[in-house]
Amino acid sequence: MFPTPIHQRPIINQYIYKVFLPISLIIWLIPIFGILMTSIRGLGDITAGNMWGTPSEFLLFSNLYDVFTNTPMIKYTLNSFKVTIPTMLGAVALSCMTGFALARYKFKTNLIIFFIFIAGNFVPFQILMIPVRDLTFKIGLYNTITGLVLFHVAFQTGFCTLFMRNFIKALPQELIEAARMDGASEFKIFWKIILPLTRPAIAALCVLIFTFIWNDYFWATVLIQGDHAMPITAGLKSLNGQWITAYHLLSTGSIVAAIPPVIMFFLMQKHFIAGLTLGATKG
Amino acid sequence: MELNNSKPKRITWWQKNQIKISPWIFLAPGLIFFFIYVIAPIFVSIGISFYQWDGLSPSIYVGLQNYIELLDDEYFYISLWNNLKWLIFFMLAVPIGLGLAIFLNQIVFGIRLIKSLFFFPFVISQVVIGLIFTWFYQPNYGVIAPFLDLIGLEGFSILANENTATYGIIFAGLYPQIAYCLILYLTGLNNINPEQIEAGRMDGAKGFNLFWNIVLPQLRHATFLAIVVTVIGALRSFDMVAIMTQGGPYGYSNVLAYYMFEQALSEYGYRMGYGSAIATVLFTIMMFYILFFIYRMYRNEREDNN
Repeated sequence: MFPTPIHQRPIINQYIYKVFLPISLIIWLIPIFGILMTSIRGLGDITAGNMWGTPSEFLLFSNLYDVFTNTPMIKYTLNSFKVTIPTMLGAVALSCMTGFALARYKFKTNLIIFFIFIAGNFVPFQILMIPVRDLTFKIGLYNTITGLVLFHVAFQTGFCTLFMRNFIKALPQELIEAARMDGASEFKIFWKIILPLTRPAIAALCVLIFTFIWNDYFWATVLIQGDHAMPITAGLKSLNGQWITAYHLLSTGSIVAAIPPVIMFFLMQKHFIAGLTLGATKG
Repeated sequence: MELNNSKPKRITWWQKNQIKISPWIFLAPGLIFFFIYVIAPIFVSIGISFYQWDGLSPSIYVGLQNYIELLDDEYFYISLWNNLKWLIFFMLAVPIGLGLAIFLNQIVFGIRLIKSLFFFPFVISQVVIGLIFTWFYQPNYGVIAPFLDLIGLEGFSILANENTATYGIIFAGLYPQIAYCLILYLTGLNNINPEQIEAGRMDGAKGFNLFWNIVLPQLRHATFLAIVVTVIGALRSFDMVAIMTQGGPYGYSNVLAYYMFEQALSEYGYRMGYGSAIATVLFTIMMFYILFFIYRMYRNEREDNN
């Protein structure tokens, strides 16, 4: 193990480590504490410049009430779910198939297609912006959740294919050979043998896609204009313009926007990390 | 292909060719979707960059004029220069992430929770991170205001100053990016072969020597991934700029990604052709890294097959 495990070190080092660990954590989380503290405060504290002292009032619930009743925050949150969940399902479904095809069949253009998916996944969004916006206009889906979902599904398929293909490729080939010997059709092999085995990969992709799409801001501004379809990131930005120095409300809104991906992360941490490291978590 | 009429032979044809045709059936939906929304638009954008177009009236072919204009555009150079700053300073996320990973790679009480708490800036939207840091930087109400007073910079606004705005945004951007690199390196440290480390220790390697000669080479996969995602993150920096300064003051914190958006879709006018030219430049820079990534994957594939 590297570095040397702390319990093999002199006792003094162990104490130093145990003191430094929480201190470093607190420093690291200062920005988060900042918004948590501020979401409790009232306007009085903000204008008085009381940012780090004890809040003079505990107003978290009143701030939450303000945010939810005076702004379209509920609508934004719902929209975010309406964008995120279908995208997650769509991209995972498509990439199970593409990943299977690229991992399990030999044909001339296999690697080229695989690399196209990878390359596409890394391109800057700006090179896609104008044509995608145009296309969405033409098919009548500009300013709709469906229009946003369609693009997200297509784009995320790139990353998901990369992940799925590598995952399926690492499964034992004998399983498929044996099934073929028994006369199983290719679709049956996919459905009955491969899909059940990809469950951990599907879980990893679901958490990752959920976080990516929930936090997307660029496409939400390019493809959506009105409150009716706006997801929470873009909504928060537009509220920021109205609130100006109402940092207590801004903080409360930020927390609302951050909660779903944070919960998702804590519940499925293992899968999340497996996804981010492209599956390199064994050992 | 010849089709036989007799039933049993038709089944044979499908059975014979099933393995050839199936991959295309599995690929079709994803590939078509990806082609329409990702691959084709790249070429369409490059095409548009040779036109003058406001998005509504018919477009006019202008050849290389958009690019010629770029060469004379002061704001383009500022953005390009800022992109370079992003690339350089964003890279700090890699060593800092590695350092933190080494610091946290211990087994003590509560370490799992502590690690998760270190990860989680990465999970939060960049919009939220941007808003938090914008407020931190506020000259009068902000969190760092008391510190600025201490060093005699009372009322100094980091984001409104043309020399500091970009660094202020990059600093905010580093927060989630460090968390990302930390995740990659902690996984990497977990996968290190303990025997090699022990062997190194037997040979008397210690401290930095052990780290440099034995640990770091084994982390090269994590390092590679960390560099790739950091470079891409630096070139994609849009959200933070949009939230924190909108390119201001006077375009001094602009980056290509945001400048393109501003030219093509904002109140400054709908210059689709010019915007596409900027996007094409950004794409070309990015392509360099993408090809490098793919080359490495290709090499790994070849090794796997041999």
